[in-house]
Amino acid sequence: MRSLIDIAELSVKEIDKLLATANDIIENPAKYAEKCKGKKLATLFFEPSTRTRLSFEAAMYELGGNVLGFSEAQSSSASKGESVADTAKVVSCYADIIAMRHPKEGAPLVASMNASIPVINAGDGGHNHPTQTLADLLTIKREMGRLDNLTVGFCGDLKFGRTVHSLITALRRYENIKFVLISPNELKLPTYVKESLKKDNFEIIETTDLEAVMPELDILYMTRVQGERFFNEEDYLRLRDSYILTPEKMQLAKEKMAVLHPLPRVNEISVAVDKDPRACYFKQVLNGKYMRMALILMLLEVE
Amino acid sequence: MTVDTIKNGIVIDHITAGLGMKIYSLLKLEELDCSVALIKNAPSRKMGKKDIIKINEAIDLKADILGYVDPDVTVNIIKDGKTVEKRQIALPERLENVITCKNPRCITTTEQELPQIFKLTDKENRIYRCIYCESKAK
Repeated sequence: MRSLIDIAELSVKEIDKLLATANDIIENPAKYAEKCKGKKLATLFFEPSTRTRLSFEAAMYELGGNVLGFSEAQSSSASKGESVADTAKVVSCYADIIAMRHPKEGAPLVASMNASIPVINAGDGGHNHPTQTLADLLTIKREMGRLDNLTVGFCGDLKFGRTVHSLITALRRYENIKFVLISPNELKLPTYVKESLKKDNFEIIETTDLEAVMPELDILYMTRVQGERFFNEEDYLRLRDSYILTPEKMQLAKEKMAVLHPLPRVNEISVAVDKDPRACYFKQVLNGKYMRMALILMLLEVE
Repeated sequence: MTVDTIKNGIVIDHITAGLGMKIYSLLKLEELDCSVALIKNAPSRKMGKKDIIKINEAIDLKADILGYVDPDVTVNIIKDGKTVEKRQIALPERLENVITCKNPRCITTTEQELPQIFKLTDKENRIYRCIYCESKAK
C-alpha cells in the first residue's frame, strides 16, 4: 500500500504511466465508469478548498465510487482535539482511500504513517500539493506533446509559490529543460533551489522583464502574488501588479505556447487573454480531475 | 588540573572546544548518579584546545546525539582501567527526539506527541531537515 505526499515520490516511469492512464480516461471515459464501484474516498479537508475537494469528489464519482468526508476542521473531530494520527486510524475503518488538506505542513505525512489505507496529500499549508503538479504535467504533455526539450517560464511569486517549486522538482528529471525565472526582486526563487539546479547544469535565466523573454517560452506558468504572505499592504499592492499578462504581451509569444496558472487568479492574467487558444488554465483544472482519477486507480491498485 | 582516571566507563575525547556543555545536556548526563567530569579547554596537540567528558559508568551512549553535535569526537570505552575500544562517530542519517522543529507551520507544533524526526539531506554541509515540513534544523 502506498500514499502520495510529495511529487518527488513518483518516478518518471510512474508519472508517465499516470499520464497514459489519464489520456486513456479522456479518450474512453465509459471504460472507467465503474472501476471504483463499491470503493469510498474520504475527503478530509481541515481547511476549506472548494476547488481541490470538488476535483477529488468528481474524480471518484466518475470512477463509480462514493465519497464521504468533511470540508472544514470545525465539522470534524479535530475541533474536539483529536490528533491527525487518530483521525487517520478511524477513517481507515470507513473508507478505502483518503485525500487530505491541512493547514499544517506535514499533516498528510502523519496521516499516511498511521492510516491503513492510501493517503493523498491534497495540500499541506505552503508545503506540498502533488496533485496540482500532476495537473500541470498532463496539461504540458497534452499541449506540447512532450515533457522534455522545453523552455519553461515561471512568472510572479517564485519565492513562496509551492506550485512553482513542485513543478520544478518534477520537470528537472526530464531532458533539456531550460528554466526562465521572471519575478520582482522581492519574490525571486529561493537560492537553494537555484543552486541545486545550477549544480545539475540546468540553464537558468533570471529576469524581471517578462516581455523580453516572452518570445523564447514554450510554457508560461503564471502565479498569484498572495496577499497573506506580506506584512505590508503597500508592498503587496505594488508587487501584485508587477506582472499582468495581457493580449498585447501575448502577441510577443510563440504561436504554440501554453499559459498555465494553478488558479485562483486575481488580476495577473487579464480576462481578455482567456479567449486566446494558448490560455490553458481552465483545461488545466479539467486535467487535474483526470490525473486525480488516474492516481486513485494507481493507489487502489485497480487495473 | 587533574581528574581521576576511571575504571569502567566512557571517555568522550576530542570534543570541539565549547561543545562539551551542549553534549553534556543533550545526553542528559546531569541525571546520572555516577561521577561525571566535564573538562573545558583542555590543551590538545591536534586541536589546540578541546573539551573532554569522562563518565564513570558504562552507560548506553546515544551516538546520534554525539554525531549530530560533533562528528569528530572519539569515544573510548574503558574496562578495568584500560581503553578496550576507540569508536569514531559518524554523522547520523536520522535524528529522533534530539532536536525540535522551529517552523511554526509544522504539524509538530500543534501535535506535540509526534516524534521529532530529522533526516540528513546534505552530508557535505551537514544539513538536517524535518521529515514533516522539510524545514532546515537550526
